[in-house]
Amino acid sequence: MTSRSSVTGRRLGSHEVILAVVTVLVVGGIWILSPEFRNPDNLLTQLRFMSELGFIALAMTLVILSGGIDLSVGAIFGLVCIAFGKFWQDAGLPLALAACCGLLVGVLAGAVNGFTVRLTGMPPFIVTIGTLALFRGVAEGLSQNRSVSGFPEWFQFLGSGYVFGIPVQLLLFVVLTVVFGVLVMRTVFGRSIYAIGSNEDASFFSGVQVGPTRVWIYVLSGFMSGLAAVIYVSRVTTTRADMGLGMELDAITAVVLGGTSIFGGKGTIVGTVLALVLVAALKNGLTLLGVRGDGTVVVIGAVLVVTLLISNFLGEARRT
Amino acid sequence: MAESSAKAGARRGALARFAGDYSREIGLAVLIAVICAVVYWFKPNFLSPVNVSNVLRFNAYVGVAAIGMTMIIIMRHIDISIGAIVGVSAVVATSLARDGYSNAVAWTAPILVGMAISLVNGLLVTYGRIPAIVATLGTLSILKGGMIVVTGGEFVTGIPRDFMIATVRVFNVSITFWIMIALGIATAIWMRYSATGRAIYAIGGNAAAARATGINERRITLIVFAIHGAFGGLAGLFYGSQAQNLQSAVPANIELNIIAAAVIGGVSVMGGVGTVIGALMATMFFAFVNSALLFLSVSAFWVKAVQGVMILGTLMIDLAKRWQK
Repeated sequence: MTSRSSVTGRRLGSHEVILAVVTVLVVGGIWILSPEFRNPDNLLTQLRFMSELGFIALAMTLVILSGGIDLSVGAIFGLVCIAFGKFWQDAGLPLALAACCGLLVGVLAGAVNGFTVRLTGMPPFIVTIGTLALFRGVAEGLSQNRSVSGFPEWFQFLGSGYVFGIPVQLLLFVVLTVVFGVLVMRTVFGRSIYAIGSNEDASFFSGVQVGPTRVWIYVLSGFMSGLAAVIYVSRVTTTRADMGLGMELDAITAVVLGGTSIFGGKGTIVGTVLALVLVAALKNGLTLLGVRGDGTVVVIGAVLVVTLLISNFLGEARRT
Repeated sequence: MAESSAKAGARRGALARFAGDYSREIGLAVLIAVICAVVYWFKPNFLSPVNVSNVLRFNAYVGVAAIGMTMIIIMRHIDISIGAIVGVSAVVATSLARDGYSNAVAWTAPILVGMAISLVNGLLVTYGRIPAIVATLGTLSILKGGMIVVTGGEFVTGIPRDFMIATVRVFNVSITFWIMIALGIATAIWMRYSATGRAIYAIGGNAAAARATGINERRITLIVFAIHGAFGGLAGLFYGSQAQNLQSAVPANIELNIIAAAVIGGVSVMGGVGTVIGALMATMFFAFVNSALLFLSVSAFWVKAVQGVMILGTLMIDLAKRWQK
């Protein structure tokens, strides 16, 4: 029997500790080097941007923990943007109701993913590439390259407002991080996700509700993409069909960099949040230090690959 | 169960067995024919030699890249950096041609560049033990950002006329289309009859069993990534030689077209000779749908939705077949 503390110790394993140290070093380094970076306004703005991606990354953590992947989150994001605009402007629904309908579209899109994965038993990356094309295609078809704008001023609170001096979405992100943390560590649903990700057959024979859990994970992923989309629309006050293009890659980068195994069963919400902070700080910091925006993309790609290589070889060294 | 279905197969005869083995290719061929017939009914110009040869010419590069992608997907890997490989090799090829290098150099370099990039992906997957989806996500970022850093995203202009291989015509159709067909047939035969080709299916079907029978999984994986990269580089050459100007950036959405074609043509690991040919047919199906939407004045914004429905439809048909068994 392992004692409780050592279980926790292993769960918040070395990857998170290394990541925390690297994040502190990077943020600290940029903090010292760049006065613009440590300007509170800049920090809050960066955290605002980070939070929107963060919603999607939180749900993606659950998806990947279960041994799946959801490549369609960026497309769901775009589809919800367009659907929300359509419900409001063309269907004439009140704005709040239109936003709820937008969220519902996200949930339905997630359900399509979940049921298709469950029914076909195909690898989730193939299923969600199909739905990526479908959702993005429907968004493009519905919008016909026209954008919706002219949202009322009160609606901008969601995307640009502050509560106690903290950006609204950052506050929401903190709350959701706690909710997701409790969800994966303290609920049957959360523990089932780890079980499925570690060994699907074993968890099925142990009475874990494998099928329904899988479906709910993708529904949750669709909902979080929708939520991120509504908040994003509130911030930029327009909708376009290409919104959220490539967002799935940013979300997966954050989750994998955060130490979640792409095979499932291993990883933490804390790791994902640390990786989100690290990537956001790298992006903003390098830009402020004069590296072109495209250079930061290279750095993030390299950080991802090198981190995994180190993690793999350290893991091998520890085992032998 | 298996015995009775085998008996049924024998009773149905050779023609039926052929139809069963190649149902996907036949299905796609019928779909292409139906679309052409319907659109021709409304707009006879749809099947004019000019339009048909344009459709074939501007999509050959997708088909070439889809051949390699089919092998990758059969092995249960994926390459989401393929768009970047096509983009980078297109810029390399056109820049060399613009700077006065001979066609021998400008046509070979992109193939080698594509192969080298894909080999790095393959090494990350085999020896680095990083899953392909993450490894190629990393290289995608590096290539995409790196290209803009190096070139500034400017246009490569003044590409010499005689470099532009896509404008060479054989039987009134761009030579790139014929190369695509030839490579597709060669790859299909190679995958069906060579030991390495069979090993690809074996690993995709059951990697542990394949290893147990003595197949060197790492070696086969590296070979497949190298071939896939060479095809990606060739696709880049075709892509870059369509016009006299080329923006030096990773073209958007290419990977989706390539992966969609490969999934629809070759997603089933039960496989057979048909899968690569199926990928080429899926490529041409989308190409004709795209053109048909334009001809029927339906906005082309719906093309991607058709792609999505097709991929999901393929998965459902696969599912239905498995349930029958």
